[in-house]
Amino acid sequence: MDLTYTPEEEAFRAEVRAWIAETLPAELSAKVRGHKRLSKQDYEFWHARLQSRTWLAWHWPVAHGGPGWGPVQKHIFEEECIAAGAPRIVPFGVNMLGPVLIEFGSEAQKAHYLPRILDGTDWWAQGYSEPGAGSDLASLKTRAVREGDHYVVNGQKTWTTLGHHADWLFCLCRTDAEAKPQRGISFLLIDMRTPGVEVRPIVTLDGEHEVNEVWLTDVRVPAENLVGEENMGWTYAKFLLSYERTGIAGVAYSKAAVGHLRRVAEAQQKDGRPLAQDPFFAARMGRLEIDLMAMEIFNLRVVAAAGQGRSPGPEASLLKIKGTQVRQEATDLLRRALGPGAMPYVPEQFDEGWNGEPVGPDYAGPLARQYFNMRKLSIYGGSNEIQKNIVAKAMLGL
Amino acid sequence: MDFELSDERRMLAETAERYLAAEYPMARRHKAAAEPAGFDRAAWEEMAELGLVAALLPPEAGGLGGRGEDLLVVFERLGRAAVVEPFLAQLLGATAIRETGAAADWEPIAEGRRRLAFAHSEPGGRFETAHVTTRAVAEGEAWHLTGAKTVALNADAADAIVVSARLDGAAQDPDGLGLFLVEGTAPGLTRRGYGTVEGGQAADLTLTQAPAQPLGRPGQALPVIETVLARGALAVSAEALGLMEVCKDTTLEYLKTRSQFGRPIGAFQALQHRMVDMLLEIEQARSAVMLAAGLADSPGPDAARALHAAKHLVGRVGRQVAEEAIQLHGGIAMTWEYDLPHFAKRLVMIDHLFGDTDHHLERFLSLEGAP
Repeated sequence: MDLTYTPEEEAFRAEVRAWIAETLPAELSAKVRGHKRLSKQDYEFWHARLQSRTWLAWHWPVAHGGPGWGPVQKHIFEEECIAAGAPRIVPFGVNMLGPVLIEFGSEAQKAHYLPRILDGTDWWAQGYSEPGAGSDLASLKTRAVREGDHYVVNGQKTWTTLGHHADWLFCLCRTDAEAKPQRGISFLLIDMRTPGVEVRPIVTLDGEHEVNEVWLTDVRVPAENLVGEENMGWTYAKFLLSYERTGIAGVAYSKAAVGHLRRVAEAQQKDGRPLAQDPFFAARMGRLEIDLMAMEIFNLRVVAAAGQGRSPGPEASLLKIKGTQVRQEATDLLRRALGPGAMPYVPEQFDEGWNGEPVGPDYAGPLARQYFNMRKLSIYGGSNEIQKNIVAKAMLGL
Repeated sequence: MDFELSDERRMLAETAERYLAAEYPMARRHKAAAEPAGFDRAAWEEMAELGLVAALLPPEAGGLGGRGEDLLVVFERLGRAAVVEPFLAQLLGATAIRETGAAADWEPIAEGRRRLAFAHSEPGGRFETAHVTTRAVAEGEAWHLTGAKTVALNADAADAIVVSARLDGAAQDPDGLGLFLVEGTAPGLTRRGYGTVEGGQAADLTLTQAPAQPLGRPGQALPVIETVLARGALAVSAEALGLMEVCKDTTLEYLKTRSQFGRPIGAFQALQHRMVDMLLEIEQARSAVMLAAGLADSPGPDAARALHAAKHLVGRVGRQVAEEAIQLHGGIAMTWEYDLPHFAKRLVMIDHLFGDTDHHLERFLSLEGAP
């Protein structure tokens, strides 16, 4: 048992840190840290910089343009990126579709789509959830009917994150209505410019537009855009959901949030001294930090096990649950730290180029909004209740 | 980064597991707990023979281990069998002697033939480390102790007891403390032994001019006392992991076999999710204890923070696991005859040793650290 990083791992950390320091513009990291809205160009810029080092598709095999990192390196890389305030990698093309195509796509699909993901030509979005198919995703109703060398798709997708930027949609469609729900689903690639595709914004409870509905009306999709075999889409979808979950605990995000919390609690006053010294608030922060310390080791244990050829498996579900609990607790304390200062809602301050005077301190504006936004963590990617079902079955045999 | 046990530790774990599975069923444990000494002398000797006492001590104290990882391995196994033999008392006593730098005849200690105890807590002292009112007075080379100690683990049947005492200063003064060795046969020492709620044994001591041998140079013993208590906290945290595993496994088995409403109760989602919560929090506690054990051999603020975090979390999770295990079982877990509640009781009572959740949270907060 040795709970320290090797010299090689420390050297890798130093290399990543130095590269980010010279590559990531200060204005961009300030936007990320200040929870400002990021533009499409911000994401594209960062993807391109990462790709210039082959550090974008770090889940991919070397043969397809991945850097060949092990799980501990991936963990370190993610931690350094988040600590530095780098934009997140938009996962839909790089982390989700890419691995599916590498595993199940045709040679032609790999040759066409993978380079375009890496160089940023195509922005991908995910067409999974439907208004009537959330946790019970296999009950999805969007139909794809084969007509000659096309599929004709009709239905509605929802929660399509950043779908308003997207060029392409990878989409689960029902191709056999008679089969058992999981057996009749196919995985289609849909060009968003095809007639009949309509993206409608969903404004979330924090007033933001990040997710969308995608309406599909008689959309004609070339049959060659089917990934793998017809009616096998559920297998690919599950592969996608279970692929590369070492980052699922979001340890680095929680560390950044807890660091921010400490600074805010030092800056806020209670009874003439920093809030951080209030025993009640300090106790809440302490419990959170202890949960986070334990979770970091738990995460590394799972990562290390995966590194020895064992798959993270259902432990990833445990990490997802704990990771979201810790992150949500951090956002809760950040909101509480402000007292009445959490009330003002001035959304234009998050706009590009806004030059006005914020109400209260600079850091105050986003915190209540973030708290509400982060409620999504325990809902998406398989709600925490679904994760518990998975663990109960896979780890406990219940 | 390596979370696997070394081969040597794995062998140690297997040795302990094999012995406990074959020779230490719950019936023997209950019988041991009911002995006047509070443990089974034969079982103690057998386990000492296997090297489980020596594993707790470093080579310079006649042992074969003594690192955080050794404590983790041994005490987790002891927890899995709810062992009542005085490993913890031996660890505390031996650590106290070693940390003072005093000379000792280590061989009988490492072999378990000379049993030690550690008497530090005093009535009203709660978890305050410096709370000592027992007085130590020197007349030339001869030292005598006068005062009272409470809940000294396994002190009633110990051959010798390490006792903390004050040379000068007020009750909470961090200065002026010493550690002394008092033989069990010493005149002026009276011991009132009693069982503890969860099956262990402890004693209150009354010292009246009891002759005592100073350990090291008396006067600045507080850091040594802190170290001894930290080893104890790590040991019971590891023990708690073993207890938690048993609570979890037993409850899971019960969910699969107990049938109500025509199906195993484990088919009910309300219970499944609580079982998952238990599993998850146990992994969290295990992670925190592994970190504390891994850092235990390089003393400093990181090690101290990790230990406070671990003991805090063990207290929090221990209570959850104990209560949930009993609740998910229902009535059967309310009976003495069933094994589970004895593990649950030990798990809860560990929060009463070496500082509880609140104590360790407070200490954790007093130390600055990352992130």
